[in-house]
Amino acid sequence: MSKPSKLGVFFFTLWLVSGLLAAPLLAADEVNIYSARKEDLIKPLLDDFSKQTGITVNLVTGKEETLLQRLQSEGANTPADLLLTTDAGRLAAARQAGVLQAVTSESLTQHIPAAYRDPEGYWFGLSVRARPILYAKDRVKPTELSTYEDLAAPKWRGKVCVRSSDSIYNQSLVAGMIAHHGEAKTEAWAKGLVANFSRPPKGGDRDQIKAVAAGECDITLANTYYLGGMLSSSDEAEREAAAKVAVFWPDAQTTGVHVNVSGAGVTAHARHRDHAVKLLEFLASDQAQRWYAETNNEYPVNPAIPPSATLQSWGTFKVDTLNVAKLGELNAAAVQLMDRAGWK
Amino acid sequence: MLSARADRWTLWVVGIAALLALPILTVFATALQPAGPVWRHLVDTVLADYLANSILLMLGVGIGTLLIGVPTAWLIGVCEFPGRRFFEWALLLPMAIPAYIIAYTYTGLLDFAGPLQSALRETFGWTRHDYAFPEIRSLPGAVVMLTLVLYPYVYLLARAAFLEQSAAVLEVSRSLGAGPWRRFFNLTLPLARPSLIAGMSLVQMEALADYGTVQYFGVSTFTTGIFRVWFGMNDAIAAAQLAALLLLFVFALLVLEQLSRRQLRFHPTSARQQRLPRLVLRGRRGGLATLACAMPLLCGFVIPASVLAVWAARTMPQMLDERFLRLMANSLLLAMGAAGLILVLALLLGYGQRLRPRPLVRLAVRGASLGYAVPGAVIAIGVMLPLAAIDRNVDGWARVGFGVSTGLLLSGTLVALLFAYCARFLPVALHGVEAGLTRLRPSMDDAARTLGASPRAVLWRVHVPILRGSLLTVLLLVFVDVLKELPATLILRPFNFNTLAVRTYELASDERLADSAGFALAIVLAGVGPVILLSRAIGRGRLEP
Repeated sequence: MSKPSKLGVFFFTLWLVSGLLAAPLLAADEVNIYSARKEDLIKPLLDDFSKQTGITVNLVTGKEETLLQRLQSEGANTPADLLLTTDAGRLAAARQAGVLQAVTSESLTQHIPAAYRDPEGYWFGLSVRARPILYAKDRVKPTELSTYEDLAAPKWRGKVCVRSSDSIYNQSLVAGMIAHHGEAKTEAWAKGLVANFSRPPKGGDRDQIKAVAAGECDITLANTYYLGGMLSSSDEAEREAAAKVAVFWPDAQTTGVHVNVSGAGVTAHARHRDHAVKLLEFLASDQAQRWYAETNNEYPVNPAIPPSATLQSWGTFKVDTLNVAKLGELNAAAVQLMDRAGWK
Repeated sequence: MLSARADRWTLWVVGIAALLALPILTVFATALQPAGPVWRHLVDTVLADYLANSILLMLGVGIGTLLIGVPTAWLIGVCEFPGRRFFEWALLLPMAIPAYIIAYTYTGLLDFAGPLQSALRETFGWTRHDYAFPEIRSLPGAVVMLTLVLYPYVYLLARAAFLEQSAAVLEVSRSLGAGPWRRFFNLTLPLARPSLIAGMSLVQMEALADYGTVQYFGVSTFTTGIFRVWFGMNDAIAAAQLAALLLLFVFALLVLEQLSRRQLRFHPTSARQQRLPRLVLRGRRGGLATLACAMPLLCGFVIPASVLAVWAARTMPQMLDERFLRLMANSLLLAMGAAGLILVLALLLGYGQRLRPRPLVRLAVRGASLGYAVPGAVIAIGVMLPLAAIDRNVDGWARVGFGVSTGLLLSGTLVALLFAYCARFLPVALHGVEAGLTRLRPSMDDAARTLGASPRAVLWRVHVPILRGSLLTVLLLVFVDVLKELPATLILRPFNFNTLAVRTYELASDERLADSAGFALAIVLAGVGPVILLSRAIGRGRLEP
């Protein structure tokens, strides 16, 4: 009988340890974050915040949908004070689910333009991510390109690579098109785009860029920070591939380039509300905004902070002014539309 | 005629099984609500694809793992050829590699933009349409990837079965003049059937639940469909219904399997067991045997691990810091704790079922063993919802009764995580335990009971020592599974708690494959040590009288 009791002791110990891990949550000088931003892309900033204010930051990362689910099921008992996401649609969904609270802060409204935050202060955008067209420098002239809409034209038959419609980036892009053009027109466009695929959708954004560089296709859609990341990658093959690809900013005369934001909102039942607001203000500050730009090649929301040198080298563009919350509302419609169009 | 004591076993088994089935019951409860218009859309567009791809994936991986696992297990268990002692444990190594990681490495190698095809194009001056190359990111590609990392499950269980097989039966057949082939197909294979079926159904369940590989390869299966409906179309109910459908399908398969072996007995008839002399393969036949064992090892471990090592070479030095050690410790402790716990639960359930083979007990145990076919994320949500409800109720009660808030007692702790591991991986353990117990003659229990041992003593003092090999195998399987587990860990872990798998995922999903390779390699290496140790222990366990 010694075997089960030993394991029982082990199990009990684990439970104690987990209790100890949870115990600091009761301390006062701290703030707890549920973050859909990857640890590497937020932890250094949080460490700076802790150093400057003496407030401990506890972090758990995950996918936004499941973090939202966790927040909902924990209800009033949730330990989380701040929800960080990489997609405005999810922030809008979180507000709708009633897990966020409104925050008024002069510093936040001052640093963040109105298009990138909730009108009533339920959430705030912290960085902007653009999804332009990328093309093979040696095979495509920029003058041949014009708009997202044009990618469905027959001249691109067999020349377009995209990733799967499971990608939230593509879902948001299509949601934006629905907002601008309506479902019928967008579906016709999606069908045209699918007809132009050089191969079935697969892989991530970097894989699309590599496929363009290798000649599997000529154009693709990708978020700029992936290209930036490849240019500074530790892998030489990635750097070489990225050098063969250039950025084209579409829809300059019309609706503008599709963008999304990563952002955050204070939870409805936050126990450390003041600290959470303080952290939000810190993330919108000049220092943090500069970090976003330099470290991950995202565009700062704060207009006073210039983008990174890499981003500047790709030129300026017209931004789609559609309120990013709309992308979340239309996401389900976008996914079903892509199913109908045969976009795998 | 049942004493109170006898009933206690039933109660325990049904109680534990019900607890473990809680996440799945949550899924069914959610599925019972009326769904929105999404179903219409699914039926019109993608459902047929999901079904076809899932079934093909399951069949393909099932056949593939049998084709690799059974012959290698037979060669290792029954024959003698150059390198047998090495392959005995080395053939297990691929199981240390998470499926999505092997998918990444082979894609990196064989993709259009990868080194192999690029070299071909450069050497021969080809362009895209000048040559045909099998597309790795496809359904057949996914079948091959999953087969390569999952065949060890079949190999392990098959080998244990071959080793524990009664030499007497084979001796008789030999003395009656049956040749080795005939003995293999007419005796060895049929006698090993419970283990082979157990191995194959585990592998098929794992294939059904796979998300990482099929998603990366752009193959739409039931699993990717669940996530698409749930998150993309924001319809949790329809997603739960899809998951419930998947579960019913698996349940039907399991019941069919049970029915098909109902009348059969697989335990040896004689207590005196002697090992047969090994069939010695020399010359060309020995070479072929070596080759047959070398191929799966090469494709399933050496190549992907080498690719990882090459990728990690640059990032390795700055990776090895204090934080890395903590990740390693977290991963190992969690996997060890979970594996031990799950083994004990599986023993209780398996033995309870042997003691009380009545319909209620059987049904409860079957119900508790569905979790393996369910994507980890679905299990995680199924754990999250009931635990949060418990926390809420306790909190409410404490507020009213004592004026204090107890907050979250279970949610967001390691308890929640362990619970999810148990619900998901119990079937792995249960399959192995059941297969082992089936081979023990009931007369052994009777003898021990007659000599005055309590049912509990029979389990701990008779069955456990005899089945040591099988049980260690189970421990190893669950350990490696937990080590690789990602979705439930990601969703349920406490604050400031990361594992190697989480870290690998974070970097890989950020598409920084080169940076993630080091951590992926660490998972592989962390799994390799125990694989070797346990493999030795299993071998030793057999030699004891």
